[in-house]
Amino acid sequence: MKKFIEKQFDAQRHLFEEGGKLHWAWPLFEGQETFFLTPRHKTKHGTHVRDRMDMKRLMIFVLYALAPAILLGMYNVGYQGYLAEGATGFTAVQCITRGLVAMLPVIITSYAAGGLAELVFCIVRKHEINEGFLVTAMLFPLTLPPTIPLWMVAVGIIFGVVIGKEVFGGVGMNILNPALTARAFVFFTYPAAISGAGVWDVGGKDLFATADVTKIDAYTGATPLLTASSATGSPVDALTAAGWDWGTMAMGFIPGSMGEVSAVAAALGAVFLIATGIASWRIMLGCVAGLLTTAAILNGIGSDTNVMMSLPPHYHLVMGGFMFGTVFMATDPCSSAVTPMGRLIYGFFIGALCVLVRVVNPAYPEGMMLAILFMNVFAPLIDYFIVRRTTRARAARMATA
Amino acid sequence: MSSPATEVAERPPLFVFDKKTRKIVTDPFSDNNPITVQVLGICSALAVTTQVSTSLVMAAAVTTVVAGSNVAISLLRNFIPPQIRIVVQLSVVASLVIIVDQILQAYMYDVSKTLSVFVGLIITNCIVMGRAEAFAMANPPWQSFLDGLGNGLGYGIILFTVSVFREILGSGKLLGFTVIPQAAYDMGYANMGLMVLAPGAFILLGLLIWAQRTYTGYVEEV
Repeated sequence: MKKFIEKQFDAQRHLFEEGGKLHWAWPLFEGQETFFLTPRHKTKHGTHVRDRMDMKRLMIFVLYALAPAILLGMYNVGYQGYLAEGATGFTAVQCITRGLVAMLPVIITSYAAGGLAELVFCIVRKHEINEGFLVTAMLFPLTLPPTIPLWMVAVGIIFGVVIGKEVFGGVGMNILNPALTARAFVFFTYPAAISGAGVWDVGGKDLFATADVTKIDAYTGATPLLTASSATGSPVDALTAAGWDWGTMAMGFIPGSMGEVSAVAAALGAVFLIATGIASWRIMLGCVAGLLTTAAILNGIGSDTNVMMSLPPHYHLVMGGFMFGTVFMATDPCSSAVTPMGRLIYGFFIGALCVLVRVVNPAYPEGMMLAILFMNVFAPLIDYFIVRRTTRARAARMATA
Repeated sequence: MSSPATEVAERPPLFVFDKKTRKIVTDPFSDNNPITVQVLGICSALAVTTQVSTSLVMAAAVTTVVAGSNVAISLLRNFIPPQIRIVVQLSVVASLVIIVDQILQAYMYDVSKTLSVFVGLIITNCIVMGRAEAFAMANPPWQSFLDGLGNGLGYGIILFTVSVFREILGSGKLLGFTVIPQAAYDMGYANMGLMVLAPGAFILLGLLIWAQRTYTGYVEEV
């Protein structure tokens, strides 16, 4: 099989190489070849880095880490769909199938539209297709509701790839996380399609339905964060009344974006990413610490008018997209801080800002996206001060020695 | 005693239309555009461009003020003490802006209400002060007038382009008339909320600068 594929690529190679007829499409050829086969180019001189971890493997590993979130999200989309219709006696297989039917078109659209934008830039700018896109195009749909119109997905991912990444010079030069840039764009451009109670109502179509089912009246479709922020008494009571205790929310059986509902699935991904050394544990630790500290402080301050002030820290941890954002978005190696101390600070402020937006800003029930994008902008500044502090400390040591 | 006739003969003509003078007008359209190249006057470019009508009125107002202030300051340029020149320039600009504002309030009350403070803020528009300081203080009135005209129009072109995109994408209209057919909305098309917000103008402006610099090959000197 490998021989056969190799032969196919070798037969076409001369067309795409320097001087070939189709040389303009070299990134397309190269991208496909290295997708199937190990890259052919070898180090010619002495090697500096003796690690087999290249960009390709790194990004594929992130996709592996996303698997629990994708699968659990898929199940949940179907599950929420059945709940919204008031159906009973549905099986797990039905849920997953229904989730698959809802999610697959969105994911395919994201890859196709974003891939096209990526390819155009590769050809014009004459660089090779970067594997980072595989992750970006997967993260973006996971942060969307299952009812999102496909053309909005296409517009969003193209914006993310072009404005979030390519205008800065491609992968490694981007200031903001491209997937989150895409989501922020859709969030502010088509607010009706991405937030509000209506969009979480029905996830996917029921392939097994025998007759048209209508939504039951009691089902509101609001996310837990929306329920908590609009509660009149204790937010915890309101959540419990809606059937969401801490465990349910941690597992992710709640209305929410397709892939980011489950804190447990994201945590599984985190374990894998930290064990393989891909994502920074410092950033994740910082995020969690920032979130818990800020939420605890706000608990302590308390308020008569703002019920969100009394939401316990561990509830903040499992609600909304916090865990998903912490594990997969905040740790983006291009847009996060790079110094060890800087990463802790960067993470801490993401967690803190996330809680502040959730609690203090009445306009947005969820703040993770805004918190990460905001700190993405500040990451270089944090690094600057950390590096300067280290330099000064070293200079002082040298002066005394 | 020298005869006054010879002095008159040596004086350059008041109005010239040679290639160099024409370039004063056309240069700010693209190669030296006040917004996309000099990056001045961004604030008002973000604020007034949600509709084409307001941006056109704003462009006309700015063009009038720049051209007028350039002429006035150019006429005064030999009498302005260098130490207080900014104050003098500012009072000339402020007088002109007040006149424009009063005219707008008298004849175009609705538009003037939509533009609100941004007409008054033309006083602080960097383009007006910039041209007075950089051009009118050193050039004769006619050339200064053309420079003001060119810069005002260059500003107007960008405002118009941005506002056309913003009005069509943001509210599906052009000059107040609906251009996106209802059928498109029925099929699921939605207006881009971002385009009505200031960041939408920022992004459009950036794309415009990108397109222009790709075309002209202009690169910022570091």
